Parts: sequence; C-alpha cells; structure tokens
Amino acid sequence: MLDGRSQVRRRAGLRLWLSAGWLGALALAALLAPWIAPKDPLAQDLFLGRLPPVWMAGSEPGYWLGTDSLGRDVLSRILHGARVALLVALVAGTITCLIGATLGLLAGFLRGWVDMVISRLIDIWMAFPPVLFSILLIAVLGPGLMSIIIAIVVIDWTRFARVVRAEAMAQGAMDYVASARVAGRGRLGTMVREVLPNVLPTIVVLLTLEMGIAVIVEAILSFVNLSISTDDPTWGGMISEGRTSIHQAWWVLVFPLVTLFLTVLSFSQLGEGLKDRFDPVLR
Amino acid sequence: MPILRILLLRLLTTIVTLAGVAVIVFVVIRIVPGNPIAMMLPPGATEEDIARLTALYGLDKSIPEQFAIWVAGVLQGDFGTSITTRQPVLDLVLGRLPATLELSIMALVMAMILGGAAALTGTRFRGGRTEGAIDVANGMALSVPDFLWGLILILLFGVLMPVFHISGRVTPSLDLPFATNFYLFESLIRLRFDLWADIVAHMFMPALALAIPLAAIIGQLLKQSLKETMNLDYVTLARTKGYGETRVILREALRNAALPTLTLVGVQFTFLIGGTVIIERLFSYEGLGNMAIDAVINRDLPLIQGIVLLFAAIFTAVNLIVDLLYAVLNPRLRHA
Repeated sequence: MLDGRSQVRRRAGLRLWLSAGWLGALALAALLAPWIAPKDPLAQDLFLGRLPPVWMAGSEPGYWLGTDSLGRDVLSRILHGARVALLVALVAGTITCLIGATLGLLAGFLRGWVDMVISRLIDIWMAFPPVLFSILLIAVLGPGLMSIIIAIVVIDWTRFARVVRAEAMAQGAMDYVASARVAGRGRLGTMVREVLPNVLPTIVVLLTLEMGIAVIVEAILSFVNLSISTDDPTWGGMISEGRTSIHQAWWVLVFPLVTLFLTVLSFSQLGEGLKDRFDPVLR
Repeated sequence: MPILRILLLRLLTTIVTLAGVAVIVFVVIRIVPGNPIAMMLPPGATEEDIARLTALYGLDKSIPEQFAIWVAGVLQGDFGTSITTRQPVLDLVLGRLPATLELSIMALVMAMILGGAAALTGTRFRGGRTEGAIDVANGMALSVPDFLWGLILILLFGVLMPVFHISGRVTPSLDLPFATNFYLFESLIRLRFDLWADIVAHMFMPALALAIPLAAIIGQLLKQSLKETMNLDYVTLARTKGYGETRVILREALRNAALPTLTLVGVQFTFLIGGTVIIERLFSYEGLGNMAIDAVINRDLPLIQGIVLLFAAIFTAVNLIVDLLYAVLNPRLRHA
C-alpha cells in the first residue's frame, strides 16, 4: 500500500516537473522573443514562401521550422505568438482570479445577505451557456485582445467564486477561525489573515487551470480572426493559415499546433498535479 | 414526488430561464455602441430615412416599451432581418439548425459508444495494466479541448491517411434530392446509401472531435459507478450463481450504474452543442455555429440575436428532456 502511494507520488511529481519545465521554457522564450527569434516575424519574402523545415530537401539555412506562404519564418512567429498567448493567460487569468476569489471568499466567510446576493449572481451566470455569452460579448465589444480578456473575465469568474466560496465556508466552521475571533481579530482581518492562506492552494490550482483555458480561448478567437490583426503572429492565426495550406505545407499547421497542444496540456497537468499535491488524502 | 408535479415545476423553471436569456440578449444588443438603425441602412441615408426606420422598429419609444415590442415580435417568429444577407433571420437560422442537430446527435452517440466501451473494458480488467492505460487515455482526452482534437484528427485522417473529408457537409458536386435539411436522416429514409456514406464521411471527424472529451467524462464516471456496483451483494449473488464476469457486468451491474452517468451526459451534452460553434468552423461544416461566427465577424446583430436565442432554446430543451428521462428511469422517483 505504502509502495503504491509513493509510486503514484513519483509519477505525479514527474508530471508536475515536465509541465512546469515546458511552461517555464516557454515563458522565457516569450520574454526573450525579440532577441532570440532568428527572423523578423512580420518580414515577408515571396521568394522564400513555403520553405520546408531545415532537415528536409529544399530548405534554406536559418529558417529552422520552414516558412508560411508569405515567406514568414514559422519559428519566429511561434516565439512571438507565445507572447500573445501567455500575456492573455496571465492578465485574464489574474483578473478573473482576483474578482472571482474575492467574491467567493466574501460570500463563503461572511455568509448572510452577502452570500445570498453573490450566490444568486453565480446561479444566474451559470445558467447562461458560456459559448453564447462569448458570442454576444465579442459581437458587442468587437475583435481584439482587450475584448478577449474582458470576455474571459466576465464569463469565468464564477469558476473561482463557486469553489472558493465552498472552501471558505468549510474553513470558516473550523476551530482556528473561532479562536482568532476570540483573540480579538476583526471579521475581515480573520478572513484575510486566517482563512485566505488556507484557501490559497485551491486558488492556485484554479488559476493554473484558468490560464490553460485562456490560452485556448485566445487561440480559438485568433483562429476565427477575432483576435488581434491577422498580420501579428498568434498561434491561432498560424493554425488558421496552416489549415488552408495543409496539403502543400504541413509544417505551417503542425508546429504551432504542437506548441499549443503542449502548452494547454501542461497547464492542465500542472493544475491537476498541484491539486494532487495539495490534496491531504493523497498526501 | 409525482411525475406530473416535477414536469410542471421543470416547465416553469424553463420558462424563467428563457425569459432571463431574452432579457440579457435584449440588454446586450441595446448597449452596443453605435446606432443599430444606422447599421441597417446603406451609407448615404438621410436623417429622414433614419427617423422613419427608428419609428418602424419602435426605437423612439421607452426601453420597457421597446422590450415589449421585441418580445411580441420574437413570440410571433419575427426575429428581424439579417443585415448581411437581407433575409429573414428565422429562415436562415432554421435552415442551418438540422445540420447542427445531426452533428451533435452523432457526436453524442459516438461519445456514449466510446465512453461506454472504455468503462466496460476498464471494469472487466480492473486493477491491471489495461485499466491503467484506459485511465491515462481518459486523462489525456479530458485535458485537451475539442478544438485541438479536431486539428489532430484533420492531420491524422485528412492528411496522413486521407480516409475522411476535412471540410463541408457533403461533396458539392453530388445531386441532392432532399426535401429537408436533415441530410443524414433523409438519405437513410430514401435508401440513398451512397449519399449517406458521403455525408457520414464528412461528419465523422467533426463529430469525433466533439465526442472525445465527452467520451472521457462518460468513461470515468461510468467506470467508477460500475466498480462500486460490482461490490454490492446482488452482484456477488449473481457471481455465485456461476455467471461469468463479463455477463455479470453487462447484465447486472450496468443497469444500476448507468443512472448517475445519464444525468451527467445531459449537462455535458449542452457543452458539446456549444462546442459545435468552433468545430463547425474548423471543418467548414455549414451549421448554425459556423453561421454564428460569420455573424460575429460581420457584426450582424439581428442574426446573432436569433442564433443565441435558438441555442438557448435548444439548451433548455435538452435539460428538460434529461430531467424528464431521469424522472422516468429512476425507480425511486417512479414508484414514489
């Protein structure tokens, strides 16, 4: 039994490190993209259109992963696309988390009418299908990065609010909260100093998963041309271009797709791995 | 609780939900920056034209009055006119609905078959390597969304091994003798198996992409409840009668384990229908979702409004059907 558990932990540990490693490397590459990208991601050269990756016949040195139909370097565009993807993940994830977790914490800890109002709000929100919500929002806000971030925050705050509320409620019933109150700490002080640290692991897990969602949402919206302008490199935009030239130049689709796949998988595996690690049953 | 009361209660909540959606849609469409009338007129329209159309659509009245006019129109099937195509929204939307319904239902069937097979195999060979492999596959299927599965399928079965079509609903050069837009269904009824095969070859990949995440959820939950059921006394009794393991799972355990999965499938099915929006786009499948994205790109607000309302009606209808099925199938409710 003990043996089995340590095996589960080791495998979970590997999963955690692999996904954290990929995301760390990607974040670094995104930060350094202007310096490490071999070419200008926007530079077109029609004479160098649809070059295959370097290990194939007909390639040009310097274009490691080949070029798209306009002769733009695929690797450089992937690196610059990572900036957009991770920016949306970071900004949208953080704002969603701040709003959702705050509302959830207030509702779960303060209870009473605050809880009533916030819970009703969550119920109403959850009854409205997210896809319809995003269609409406993007239609009204118009395309662009800002609209994507707003849409993610407006739609997904309930994910945090619902879970954090339940967690805060469970923590609020525990003895340590009562003793903090007896020791003379105010309600809000108890909430921030005592309850919040105990809810934090859950929030971190949710935030990781939310970032993965944000990356895929950005990719989908840039795929359908509702993100930033089509010239600017985004993974979704590259995939959309690669989809049309799939029989002539598979690399234009495959490399951004693999990058997106690994990133989305890493965020979700990191989230699940952290959940296992924080979960007292497994620990 | 008798079934009739459940039915009435559910109908009531359905109406409330739909009313809520209608209010949200109305409010969101009204806060759009820019004058909706100006967007409906060709450039160069005079002030007089704008005033006339504003009065025609009742936009010079108070907001509650506007809402009343709008609701009355919607209830009579008047969803307005599409800005881009100048056709009635209702006709456009209803014309595309069959394609999306067929795709969603095919995906649902695929998900149930795949998920069911995974759960049954995992239970039959539980504790071994087969179960471990199924768990890993389930985890993968869950953590990657349908959009990415669609792209992976395009690469695998559209390019590497081109066995299925990667775009459209039917080969354009084919002559379609159909009276309705339910191509898949009608080709079967007319016994046109050549057309049916062509339509299936187009639908297979988008349906599978939609089905994979749902199949994983079904597989996980059904396996879990199957394993719990396998430890119950009546299953042990069946075993002592000398029935084989496979037969015990299929004949005895499955019936009792299926109910919680069914409820979940209902909720998840609405997510699957939501997924058709992007999957239809990916596979250039001419359904509602594909039209929705075009409408958003063109900012065709009357069309967006019609599509959103129709989707909302489908979602509530699915939820209603699932609740009723649950009430009919659950013995505790049936005999109460």
